[in-house]
This record gives sequence, C-alpha cells and structure tokens, in this order.
Amino acid sequence: MSTLTTTERVFDVKDLNLWYGDNLALKSINFPIHYNEVTAIIGPSGCGKSTFIKTLNLMINMIPGVKMSGEINYRGKNILSDKVDLVELRKNVGMVFQKGNPFPQSIYDNVAYGPRIHGLKKKQELDEIIEKSLIDVALWDEVKDRLNAPAMGLSGGQQQRLCIARALTTKPEVLLMDEPTSALDPISTSKIEELIFELKEKYTIVIVTHNMQQASRVSDKTAFFLMGELIELDDTTKVFSQPYDQRTEDYISGRFG
Amino acid sequence: MEKSVPAKERLIKSKNSRMNGEARGRMLVTASALIMIFATVAITIFLGSKGLQTFTKNGISPIEFITSTKWDPTNAESPLYGAFPFIFGSFAVTFLSALVAAPLGIGGAIFMTEIAPSWGRKVLQPVIELLVGIPSVVYGFIGLSVLVPFIRENVGGLGFSLLTGTIVLSIMILPTVTSIATDAMASLPTALREGSLALGATRWQTIRKVLIPAASPTLLTAVVLGMARAFGEALAVQMVIGNVRTLPSSIIDASATLTTIITLNMGHTTYGSIENNTLWSMGLLLLIMSFAFILVIRYLSARRKI
Ligand SMILES: Nc1ncnc2c1ncn2[C@@H]1O[C@H](COP(=O)(O)OP(=O)(O)O)[C@@H](O)[C@H]1O
Ligand SMILES: [Mg+2]
Repeated sequence: MSTLTTTERVFDVKDLNLWYGDNLALKSINFPIHYNEVTAIIGPSGCGKSTFIKTLNLMINMIPGVKMSGEINYRGKNILSDKVDLVELRKNVGMVFQKGNPFPQSIYDNVAYGPRIHGLKKKQELDEIIEKSLIDVALWDEVKDRLNAPAMGLSGGQQQRLCIARALTTKPEVLLMDEPTSALDPISTSKIEELIFELKEKYTIVIVTHNMQQASRVSDKTAFFLMGELIELDDTTKVFSQPYDQRTEDYISGRFG
Repeated sequence: MEKSVPAKERLIKSKNSRMNGEARGRMLVTASALIMIFATVAITIFLGSKGLQTFTKNGISPIEFITSTKWDPTNAESPLYGAFPFIFGSFAVTFLSALVAAPLGIGGAIFMTEIAPSWGRKVLQPVIELLVGIPSVVYGFIGLSVLVPFIRENVGGLGFSLLTGTIVLSIMILPTVTSIATDAMASLPTALREGSLALGATRWQTIRKVLIPAASPTLLTAVVLGMARAFGEALAVQMVIGNVRTLPSSIIDASATLTTIITLNMGHTTYGSIENNTLWSMGLLLLIMSFAFILVIRYLSARRKI
C-alpha cells in the first residue's frame, strides 16, 4: 500500500443505489476516495451519510432488507459482486461509531480484542500493540496504570479514543468515522480532532460530521449529501469558499438543515 | 357561575380534589404492599416455628436430620429421622436439570436473538408460552406414561429414577431459562455487535467473546431462577421419581426429594406428631433454599455489566 501515490483511489464507488426495502436511500452515488486524504461527509440528518459510510465496510449487511446495485470498488475489486472476505475487508477498513462503544470488559481486553480474534496469542506482542495503539490516540498516559479496569468506567471522550485505538489494532488503511464527536463535550471533541490530524499522516479517513467547522478544519475533500444524492464532492476549500451547487451553499451558510 | 369564583379559590379547590385522589391511590398501593409484607413475614414465622419444633420439642438433632441417611419415622421401637436422601435428591434433580436446561435455554435464546431473529422468535416464542401454560400434573402424567417405560426399556432400572425426574424438570424449567436468557440477549445494545463485527469478527466470535460475556450475569440469573423452580416443584417429580427412602447410587435409581416427601406424607400424618413436624422442617429447608436463591440472584443483578 505504501507504494501507491496519493492520487490513486482506495475506494471507487460507481452508480451506487441502496434500498431499505422499497425505500431508495442512496441514489446513483459516484464517489472516489483517495489514499491518505481525509474526506468529510456533510448534509442534513436523514440524507444518507451513515448509510453511505456503512456500505464501505459492508456493515450495512447487518440490516435486513437492504438491497444495493452498482459498484463499490475497494483496491480495484468490487466488493458488491465479487466474493468478498468480510474479515479481511473489515480488518483493512476500520470503523468508529457515533458513540463510543467499548465492550463491557477491561481496557486491555478491549484493545486486545481485534488482534486476538485474528489469532494473535503471544502476550508480549499483544502488550506492544496495545501500548502503541493507546499512545497513538493519546490515551496511554491516562490509562497505563489501570489497564485491567473496566472500560465502561472511562469518560465519554476517553471511551471514544479507546474505540479509535481498538480500530487501529487491526492495522487498517482506511478509517471510517460516523459523527465521532457528536456525543462529546467541546474539550473531548478538540482532542479527537487533533487526533484526526495526526492519523491523517498514516490513514485514509472518511468522516461524517454534522459540524461544518469540523469538516473545514480536518478534511481535504468534502462531500455534500442531500436526500440520498451526492450533490457535491470537491476540495474542502473549494466547497466552503465557492460551492458549485446552490443547495450546497444554502446548507453551508445555514439556510437549512 | 364558575367564572365568579376567584382564581385563587379555584386553584386551591382543584388542588384539594387532586390531593384526595392522590391520597386514596397512595393508601391503596401502601395497603397492597403491607399485605404482601405481612403474608411473607407470617409464612416465614409460622414455618420457622413449626419447622424448629422437630429440634426444640421433639429433641431430634438437627445434624442428624440433615446428614443421616436413615429415614424410618414409623418404626415403633427406634424411629429414625435422617432426611439426607431427600435433601440430596432435591439438589441432584435441581442441578442436573439446570445442567440440561442451561445450554438448551441459552442456545435457544441465542438462536432467537442472533441467528434467526426474524422467524426464530416467531416459531419459538409460542412454543415457550405453550410450555409455560401446561400444568405440572400433565408433565408428570406424560412423564409417567411415556418416559418411565421408555427409560425402563432403553436405559434400565425401574424407569422411576433421578434421570426421569431430571428430564421432566428440565423441560419444565426450559421456558423460564429461555425467556429470561432471550430478554438478556435482546437487551444488549446493537453497538456491541457493531463494534465487534466492524473489527472483522465473525458472528460466532461476536456471540462467544462479546455478547455472552456481556450478558453473563443475567444468563446466570436465568439459570438460577430455573433452579429455584426445579427445587420447589413437587407434583410432576413425585409422579416419576419413585419416592424411595434410600440414597440413590446411580442416576437410574429411584429417589425422592424434599417436596415429594412432603406432598406424599402430609395427608396421613397427624398434626403435631413428630413425623408431621419433620415435614415442616423440610418445608423450612425449602424456604431457606429459596432465600438462598434470591440472594444469589440479587448478587448477580448487582454485577450486571450493561
Ligand atoms: N435501518 C434502517 N431501515 C430503514 N430505513 C433506514 C434505516 N437506516 C436509515 N434509514 C433511512 O435511510 C435514510 C438515510 O438515513 P441515514 O443514513 O441514517 O442518514 P444520516 O446518517 O445522514 O442522518 C433515512 O431516510 C432513514 O430513514
Ligand atoms: Mg447518521
């Protein structure tokens, strides 16, 4: 993966339609995602942001009655038609959810979960991975003396950083984040944003956000969704300074949503 | 007319009438609570005083009562009051039936919530409700007419046995275990499943490594409630277990439990006699055990993780 240049596409979504039963929730989406870029997805609630991001690691398959057409090419392979190895896909495309969702286990076991299910048993290697991931999310100093304490005892912001650490343990190349700070206070939010700045050196990031400032602060590209359609996808500076579509401008300037 | 009443008075009046309704409701629910507490305390005191008479009035050693294996209360020369075989029988059928019902019930719960949530519940839920609705005597009757001959012919012994009692009880407590376990699994947040699957875990890994541990205190509660039911069941067990006074030496031997001995003998012993008092002592043991089950359940619910 390191041999690829930034212009190459890690994801290339083509003409994607998605139905919940009879309800068309994504309409003919064409969406390239480039290596080592941060792509922000904005739009009013119910426009399909979560739905879209969940197609990229096929978490959408958890929901019964979902049908899709079109292509989602990941590293040149259509994960909708070819027989995909879901385990491999999700190891490579990690996900962080709206609300921190640690397992009701110790801090250590939470972070060790991914490596363990993928077959790693050696205590020493696990210890190293756990320390490294917790350092990466700037949580190590806060928890290193209580790794065996329950993860549910951490604050909301700490829980979210723990979940990011947990997602990093499988060494993904893409990180999907669905409104990762919407349940957090401003201080925890800015910590997570700082973290995203650091992570963008090493990871391709797709982040859904309700917060326009957040999108303009952290992202290289911004995509605007409206009622299941991708209205605009361009450089973040361009989208926020001179959007191509009137509806994007209306949304950004707070005229609706 | 109404309008001429000053606002202040109207307010006070309406407040008063509301307070009346409030007070009446309060009295009603307080009375219900008091009656419940009174009934429980009364039963406990009655059973306690009756049950202890065996030891205080009749001078039987409590140690002998609990540990001796010789039960012969009608022996005119030297009556013996060792209830250990029945205590053992009660614990044996309880633990054995829990051993059968726990994996089946929890397995069924996982099937309904995780494997086939759409149709699994539709099929199994009515089955469970049906199992709950069947009266004990019918379970006993079916056990007696089908299971007893089946065990006699295919496994050995008389057919009346610990094993037969265990099977009947397992089926009887299965709905309790399954429905509580199902609630436990269904109430786990979807975020847990998502968190695990998003890391590349398979569904089975998610069930085994995240969901079952997260639900474990409630799953154990389900099993303990099943055990409490098994421990207290009398009628169906009595019809299939054989009701002998001796300690069983294998699972196909006939046996007896505290409850079956009480139901069998309470009719033909005279109130106040030693034998009748020993039955009360067994009742007291049952009550103590049900308190113990409650303590275990309270301990487990304090350890709930989600
Ligand atoms: N599990 C679901 N079943 C049926 N419809 C859904 C489901 N999840 C989302 N939808 C519908 O799809 C549309 C997009 O939802 P979503 O992707 O959650 O929007 P957003 O994340 O932008 O707020 C909405 O109209 C919503 O009602
Ligand atoms: Mg959403």
